[in-house]
Amino acid sequence: MMSNHPDLAKLIFGRLTIDQLPLKEPIVVGTFAVVALGAIALLGVITYYRLWGYLWREWFTSIDHKKIGVMYIILGLVMLLRGFSDAVMMRAQQAIAFGHNAGYLPPDHYDQIFTAHGVIMIFFVAMPLVTGVMNFVMPLQIGARDVAFPFLNNFSFWMTVSGAVLVMISLFVGEFARTGWLAYPPLSDIVSSPDAGVDYFIWSLQIAGVGTLLSGVNLLTTIIKMRAPGMTLMRMPIFTWTALCTNILIVAAFPVLTAVLAMLALDRYAGTNFFDTVLGGNAMMYVNLIWIWGHPEVYILILPAFGIFSEVTATFCRKRLFGYASMVYATVVITVLAYLVWLHHFFTMGSGASVNSFFGITTMIISIPTGAKIFNWLFTMYRGRIEFEVPMLWTVGFIVTFAIGGMTGVLLAVPPADFSLHNSLFLVAHFHNVIIGGVLFGLFAGINYWFPKAFGFRLDPFWGKCSFWFWLIGFYFAFMPLYVLGLMGVTRRLNHFDDPSLQIWFEIAAFGAFLILLGIVSMLIQFAVSFMRREKLRDVTGDPWGGRTLEWSTSSPPPKYNFAFTPQIHDADAWWQMKQHHYQRPLQGFTPIHMPKNTGAGIILAGLATVFGFAMIWYMWPLAIISFVALLATGIGHTFNYHRDYYIPADEVARVEASRTELLASHV
Amino acid sequence: MSPSGDLAVQQRDLIIDALILMLLIVVPVIIMALAFAWHYRSSNKKAEYEPDWDHSTMLELLIWSAPLLIIIALGALTWVSAHKLDPFRPLDRIAEGKPMPADVKPLVVDVVALDWKWLFIYPEQGIATVNEVAAPVDRPIQFKITATSVMNSFFIPSLAGQIYAMPGMETQLQAVINKPGDYEGFSANFSGDGFSHMRFTFHGMSDSDFAQWVQQAKSNGSALSREAYVKLEAPSENVPVSYYASVAPGLYQDILTHCVHNDETCTRNMKSSAESGAMNARKDSSGMAEMAASHP
Repeated sequence: MMSNHPDLAKLIFGRLTIDQLPLKEPIVVGTFAVVALGAIALLGVITYYRLWGYLWREWFTSIDHKKIGVMYIILGLVMLLRGFSDAVMMRAQQAIAFGHNAGYLPPDHYDQIFTAHGVIMIFFVAMPLVTGVMNFVMPLQIGARDVAFPFLNNFSFWMTVSGAVLVMISLFVGEFARTGWLAYPPLSDIVSSPDAGVDYFIWSLQIAGVGTLLSGVNLLTTIIKMRAPGMTLMRMPIFTWTALCTNILIVAAFPVLTAVLAMLALDRYAGTNFFDTVLGGNAMMYVNLIWIWGHPEVYILILPAFGIFSEVTATFCRKRLFGYASMVYATVVITVLAYLVWLHHFFTMGSGASVNSFFGITTMIISIPTGAKIFNWLFTMYRGRIEFEVPMLWTVGFIVTFAIGGMTGVLLAVPPADFSLHNSLFLVAHFHNVIIGGVLFGLFAGINYWFPKAFGFRLDPFWGKCSFWFWLIGFYFAFMPLYVLGLMGVTRRLNHFDDPSLQIWFEIAAFGAFLILLGIVSMLIQFAVSFMRREKLRDVTGDPWGGRTLEWSTSSPPPKYNFAFTPQIHDADAWWQMKQHHYQRPLQGFTPIHMPKNTGAGIILAGLATVFGFAMIWYMWPLAIISFVALLATGIGHTFNYHRDYYIPADEVARVEASRTELLASHV
Repeated sequence: MSPSGDLAVQQRDLIIDALILMLLIVVPVIIMALAFAWHYRSSNKKAEYEPDWDHSTMLELLIWSAPLLIIIALGALTWVSAHKLDPFRPLDRIAEGKPMPADVKPLVVDVVALDWKWLFIYPEQGIATVNEVAAPVDRPIQFKITATSVMNSFFIPSLAGQIYAMPGMETQLQAVINKPGDYEGFSANFSGDGFSHMRFTFHGMSDSDFAQWVQQAKSNGSALSREAYVKLEAPSENVPVSYYASVAPGLYQDILTHCVHNDETCTRNMKSSAESGAMNARKDSSGMAEMAASHP
């Protein structure tokens, strides 16, 4: 970049110059040093143990839905660490920045942090975790051998990674958006935000969005077309039902996000005026469109969590789920209503009282099926035999916490109340209450519940319980003060306060964040301890909890082909019913199994997409053109790959099944 | 939650009513969750256990209708209160038990959210202020609100709820202050680096104090000419309070229609919107709703 030919440098590097590296910001440089050392250590370990070939063959290029599911969850957990670091920085800033103390974060840095926190937590933590659990569990629950489009699944995952990589790059090259996580114009237009930050936002979400949309199509098709014989819609496990509805929401909502971000990109890159009110566009249209995606997104995240709670409650209460049919209808009603409430995110824009009331009331109506669901879980517990394994703890914690979050949500749906509480810390407390208390608790329950299925050993319960209690108590310490502050009229996204009487509440909230940190650390310890004690925690039965649905009928971890024979379904609790009827595993008569073959195309395409996104962000036009052409060429080239499938020979299936028979016999 | 204006009082009461209504169902749910969890724990072998009991029409009816009833009540409350407390609607009372006198004219205040400070223009008094606004107690106020570059939200919690301030558009807030005092006001919608300090004071004053406050602005302030406004418009943070003794005629309208600079962005100069001028967030404040997003 110190070139003697500035024009050539500009052509190649676009607007990227050495000044864009945040060398003057000690916090960022320090973070970079830590991340870089960690990365070098990780790469060193992988190289030392010669794991590259293994990772490439068995994981990166894998089209096995189970492995892709696990990789999604790893991505989500890694990004959780990043998103949580942002949260800690915000809590620390708000706890000290009073009066003459300006805190340690200047506004331009602070603004990036809360924007990145929101974007990362929704798109790169919650979404990958939800998609990962669906990917892993759903095909097993419906008795399928893989998803409908196995290659697409791998490609979707890597596109999500690509988006995450761009967000992470923005930490060290240039900056991230300073606009809030939904980047409303005019603040996000080229005049108010000329830097690369908003472009990082646009391209990381567009690239990850391709992955999400394709994964939605894929899982939707899988549920519709690949259920085991006898599994009618009303015999699908509730988690699969919620996965079905979530993927319908994804397929119908994400294109809106793609379109609205494309228009924002056109405004920024091509000088159109879609969202410039003065020149005939309308900034309010952006706000409407982004929430037409954004509200269904909330249900995209929460529905699978509801599904997880349903499975967990029935299993650990040793009882059939109460009100299966009403659970299904409640899920479907929520799915439909999810599209009819978006305007409640901006009552204060000044729409008429009738418009506001309409959207307020539709919002409240959602609480009816949601309430019914909660009662269904309660009545599943009623007259049950509840075993408080870690997933069940998360479930009880969820019911109590979510009831509070639901209540504050309905309160915000009353427009005149929202005029007081909108954009306040009350709102912040509310959506963390439902996203942490609902989505995250559900995912943690699911991870603890299905971990033995994925790896063949249970997670250590002691550290799991530590994690639960730290998270639960930490949550209340971190967010109850924000409810109070919100009622006092304190607004969000402030990096400094004048009124010293507020400080104590922020200090309590910061303490809560510290407890949550302990919860996260406990979870990491839980993974490590469980791995070390894996022989003790080993599950050889494939059914460690006394499960009810089909995934527990196969071994843990399941063989590549999931099921040697496709099961016949007679009941919603298929595996429970099979056990009741003294089901015998077939021991012979195996036939070759048709399976898809691994491919590196997904990771290569996503790598090219990352380069393309980076080039677009920095106006490196030649690189953008080259990478885009390469992207197309690779995509087309992949269509000529005819070696996409293979057969697992019958005797190999017989061998795998025989070793399981032996294992089962040795332990009964 | 410490209101001093009639609207804020009603909003607080509404929040409390709605909360009580919902607690009717949320408290039992929480108690049931904890009680069931405890009573049906697996170590309690005395508790009933019915592994196949999964349906009860009676209970199903109950669990769908209980939330439904609450929502019907809350929905009715929502419909009525959303219309009654619509910020665009002219007030019909000054406070509880104090009806609006027939001859009273609201005090008009034009509000402009700038980067990052608030400009208040008083057309009736012919003055303007930055980061300070005042109004006489018990006189209805009509705020007309817009912004220059980015979106903000105009919020004085003790007075009334907030409403967005958007460039090229006008929103309104009709409110009244019932108790004299100094109240906090600020932007409640993130608008960039200077956002945290985009605060102002709202003074509720007696009529005579208000007259004096206006007088003081007139005698101490400078003139808010178009040139002075263009200077003021440039981004700045932590801006001290200042007063303007006079305001260039039509300035607020020009800000709203982007015509201060009189260049190609001026909506009056544009063919498509020649008749309508700026876009009103809502054309008609009487309640006939026009979707905010519609094009003029």
